[in-house]
Amino acid sequence: MIIHQLSVFLENKSGRLTEVLETLGQENIKITALSVADTSEFGILRLIVSDPVKAKKLLKEKSFTVNLTEVLSIITPNESRYYAKALKVLSDLEISIEYTYAFSVGEKSVIILRANNPELAIKALQDQEIELLRASELYKI
Amino acid sequence: MEIWNRHIECMDRDELRRMQSERLRETVERVYFHVPYYRQKMQEKGLSPENIQTIDDLVKLPFTTKNDLRDNYPFGLFAIPMSEIVRLHASSGTTGKPTVVGYSRRDIATWSEVMARTLTSAGATNDDFIHIAYGYGLFTGGLGLHYGGEKIGASVIPVSGGNTKRQLQLMHDFGSTVLACTPSYALFLAEAIEESGLKREGLRLKVGVFGAEPWTENMRKEIEDKLQIKAIDIYGLSEIIGPGVASECLFQQGLHINEDHFYPEIIDPQTLEVLPPGETGELVFTTITKEGLPLIRYRTRDLTRLHYEKCICGRTLVRMDKCLGRSDDMLIIRGVNLFPSQVESVLLEMSEIKPHYQLIIDRINNLDEVELRVEVDEEFFQDKIGQLMALRQKIQQNLESSLGLSIKITLVEPKTLERSEGKAKRVIDRRTY
Repeated sequence: MIIHQLSVFLENKSGRLTEVLETLGQENIKITALSVADTSEFGILRLIVSDPVKAKKLLKEKSFTVNLTEVLSIITPNESRYYAKALKVLSDLEISIEYTYAFSVGEKSVIILRANNPELAIKALQDQEIELLRASELYKI
Repeated sequence: MEIWNRHIECMDRDELRRMQSERLRETVERVYFHVPYYRQKMQEKGLSPENIQTIDDLVKLPFTTKNDLRDNYPFGLFAIPMSEIVRLHASSGTTGKPTVVGYSRRDIATWSEVMARTLTSAGATNDDFIHIAYGYGLFTGGLGLHYGGEKIGASVIPVSGGNTKRQLQLMHDFGSTVLACTPSYALFLAEAIEESGLKREGLRLKVGVFGAEPWTENMRKEIEDKLQIKAIDIYGLSEIIGPGVASECLFQQGLHINEDHFYPEIIDPQTLEVLPPGETGELVFTTITKEGLPLIRYRTRDLTRLHYEKCICGRTLVRMDKCLGRSDDMLIIRGVNLFPSQVESVLLEMSEIKPHYQLIIDRINNLDEVELRVEVDEEFFQDKIGQLMALRQKIQQNLESSLGLSIKITLVEPKTLERSEGKAKRVIDRRTY
């Protein structure tokens, strides 16, 4: 149930994001989700891609600072109360969320989150019958 | 035009040479018998004090470098017992440890004397108000000017650095006539005066004595135009005494070296051979009267040349050109010495980063700003913003505590720093001199 997300350190200068996307595009790596966390001087680009291991290798060859980060993905009906419910399950167990982002596909929402204790988070969500996505499922969306 | 010590400053050069020879003999004897380090170095060369009779014998003696001071940290090169040391100053060294200098009571008197000459040659008298905006403390600038100012009987205003608003108020209300600070701070003050709306006619400034960092003729012109004063270049380094080693007169024809105390040579920094008069090379000083920390052939790393003709002002003391650069990689940031190796050693102590870095020095609003660009290490990169921000803060704090300089930290992607011929380019100095 652990998903490998690609995290890339980016300086805030024009053209860097383009370079990442072009590098992945040339090798036919598909991007399911993308989010950027930024400060005034640098940012972290987070990507869910079809082949994270290969993507990491390609970006490393281009001298990017890149890492694979373990995240979770849940899929819920497209209503905010389901998102809220999932988050409450975690907060009740004092599992903290470093960051989260989401996107919707038709009637469903796909939520990506990074928890400080992923194993416990998976168990807690499953106990509450919240649907988790496998990597293979997510990469195909 | 006044000359503080006409007897010395206008002395016949042959007579001066005899005096220098005699003082060198005394100094060599002192270091040979009181500083084990020098005795050993002389013995290695098969020298004893009898081999040094005149100033011409100086070339036989070994050089001293900043590293030698560091290796003998803190007091190893002092030639008198600590009970006779009345003052300590320190400046930053090459690898974190400061360079420590000690003064006897007579050294302080010498320092006051050479500073009195400096201020007098800039036209200051006991009628002046000397506004000292050099830092007071371990840095020699503030106290050096202070003692010289008192010696000539001027009214000394020990305002020290910082707090520009108060500087301007005192300058106005007390009627400061002589400004002493770094040239970049002088320009900063000039702009602050403009912005404050103070009328130039409300200020009594007439001359400035500026040093502790390199500056160009263009900067001089800008200071003279903006502040409407005469800008006088002064030179010194703490190892030799502090400010007061050399200074310009109002004719601005080079800096008169107080060579009755500090004997200058110019060497080729590669071959270490003494160069003929008039040639450009590295300036080397031998202190010939100092008691606390006498130094033999101390390599300043400053590049300049010497002029032996008598000056229009009447002084016969040798003159040096404004320093033209350095023979090492030392940077001077707001008057503070900075070696790239110091930055490197701070970074090496931090496991989170690799010492791939670049220093960018710029002058913004007339003040030096340093930016350290450091590459984020892949092993440490964990995709958390907070962690990167904390790392940046930690680098900044570590640098500030060991260098005494506030440096802006920018995290950059690996392998993005400029390399030239395969070697990393560590310093980009964008300041124009």
